[in-house]
Amino acid sequence: MRHTLRETWSGLTRNAAMTVAVVVTIWVSLTLFGLGLLINKQVDLLKDRWYDQIEISVFLCVKDSTSGNCEPGQDVTQSQKDAIKKALEANPEVEKVMFESKEEAYRDFQETYKDSPIADDLTVDQMQESYRIKLKDPEQYQGVVTEAMGLPGVQNVQDMHTVLDRIFAGLNALKWGTVAMSVALLVAAWVQISNTIRIAAFARRRELGIMRLVGASNTYIMLPFLLESLVAGVLGAVFASATLLGLHHLVITRNLEVSMQALRWLERGDVLVVVGWVALTAIALSIVPTLIATKRYLKV
Amino acid sequence: MITFDDVTKQYEGGTRPALKNVTVQIDKGEFVFLVGQSGSGKSTFTRLILREYRPTKGTVYVLGKDLDTLHSWKVPALRRQIGTVFQDFRLLPGKTVHQNVAFALQVIGRPTREIKQVVPEVLETVGLSGKGHRLPEELSGGEQQRVAIARAYVNKPKILIADEPTGNLDPATSVGIMKLLDRINRTGTTVIMATHDATIVDQMRRRVIELDAGQLVRDQSKGVYGSA
Repeated sequence: MRHTLRETWSGLTRNAAMTVAVVVTIWVSLTLFGLGLLINKQVDLLKDRWYDQIEISVFLCVKDSTSGNCEPGQDVTQSQKDAIKKALEANPEVEKVMFESKEEAYRDFQETYKDSPIADDLTVDQMQESYRIKLKDPEQYQGVVTEAMGLPGVQNVQDMHTVLDRIFAGLNALKWGTVAMSVALLVAAWVQISNTIRIAAFARRRELGIMRLVGASNTYIMLPFLLESLVAGVLGAVFASATLLGLHHLVITRNLEVSMQALRWLERGDVLVVVGWVALTAIALSIVPTLIATKRYLKV
Repeated sequence: MITFDDVTKQYEGGTRPALKNVTVQIDKGEFVFLVGQSGSGKSTFTRLILREYRPTKGTVYVLGKDLDTLHSWKVPALRRQIGTVFQDFRLLPGKTVHQNVAFALQVIGRPTREIKQVVPEVLETVGLSGKGHRLPEELSGGEQQRVAIARAYVNKPKILIADEPTGNLDPATSVGIMKLLDRINRTGTTVIMATHDATIVDQMRRRVIELDAGQLVRDQSKGVYGSA
């Protein structure tokens, strides 16, 4: 055991530059890997919150409307309104349909734009009536939007998804970009570890040859290499975990959570789960390539 | 002790088999010279005993074990019972004589107390007492080979394989090495020595196995180097 530990230590220090390179590669790749997981989780949290709150607004025709399924110069008729309500409520994706009258719309508008001069020029009559639809599954909106667009008396359908989808497309790109980069770096770390083992095995080929010759066990021959990689992997994981926890503290706890309290942000517990994954990946990343490399270069 | 049963070894890409249909038996305590030109299959013969390779055809038995069915994790246990010496000594240049010999015991997990006791004993056996602290580069070729023999013998193997042990040594020094191998053989260790050295073979008058182009062409007790 003492011999094994001494060999491990001398392996790590003999090639200190290489050890540092391996640790840094593992550190950066695992940090990116963890970031990918965290972004994924955060996007889910935002999605739940935002998509849950959004409604689809079906605006009905007024006299001035020129677009949509409107008769020029005519308000939507009562029978059209009933037909729209009935059609929407019959849609299996719809949970609830609420009606917003011109007065309610006017009040809302005045409230929202109370400091703007626009508010003074509008009259109640110019406002549009609308149905507000709440969906069962906020992600399944396409069918409802398409159906509402085709109904007579509907001037326009507005839905926040078009905006949100663009935001989430951006966030998804960020998520996948991080994952792709981390995968590339994990591959680099893998190759680097294999290579380090190969060089270390070559540097010690005389000793290894004699160890095989006099009947040292395979485990005995392999163990120093395995421990060497494991130390590098664990160091990389510790640095990556510290980086992730530090980033969470700086970016979320001290900034986003304070400035945007309405949204749900990642908690420390979420980061700790990711740290667990990072640790497991680090162990696999250091042990598996070492086993393969030793099999190949030590012929044990 | 060692049995080759119709053994053929064909290396990948080799034009002809390195060994062809070799059947031979070596008993406990024998001293065997393995002679033949370079490329006649002597090294292949010794490597098959060490299970560095497996035969293409036929079976090799060593110490009662069929090496073909021997699990690879049991190979180290086999090699602990076989000592090996080479023409080029293969000592570790950074280690002293004592450390070189002790290394063979350390890596198979022997306790330090035992190593401290056994290594000086074996150094005395090979005639190197008092030189334990020297580095290999400070020794003559003959002394280096004695260190290598000490390393091969320190674990009291049942078989000692010597591959051209006198190949790099002058005749006078070679005689000393042969006396040492003879002494080891008298303790009951089977010695198999591959060699080109006709003088030694002719002087020793031991069993001679001659290989030619991979085939066993002569097996003679108390033989000489050249076929008489």
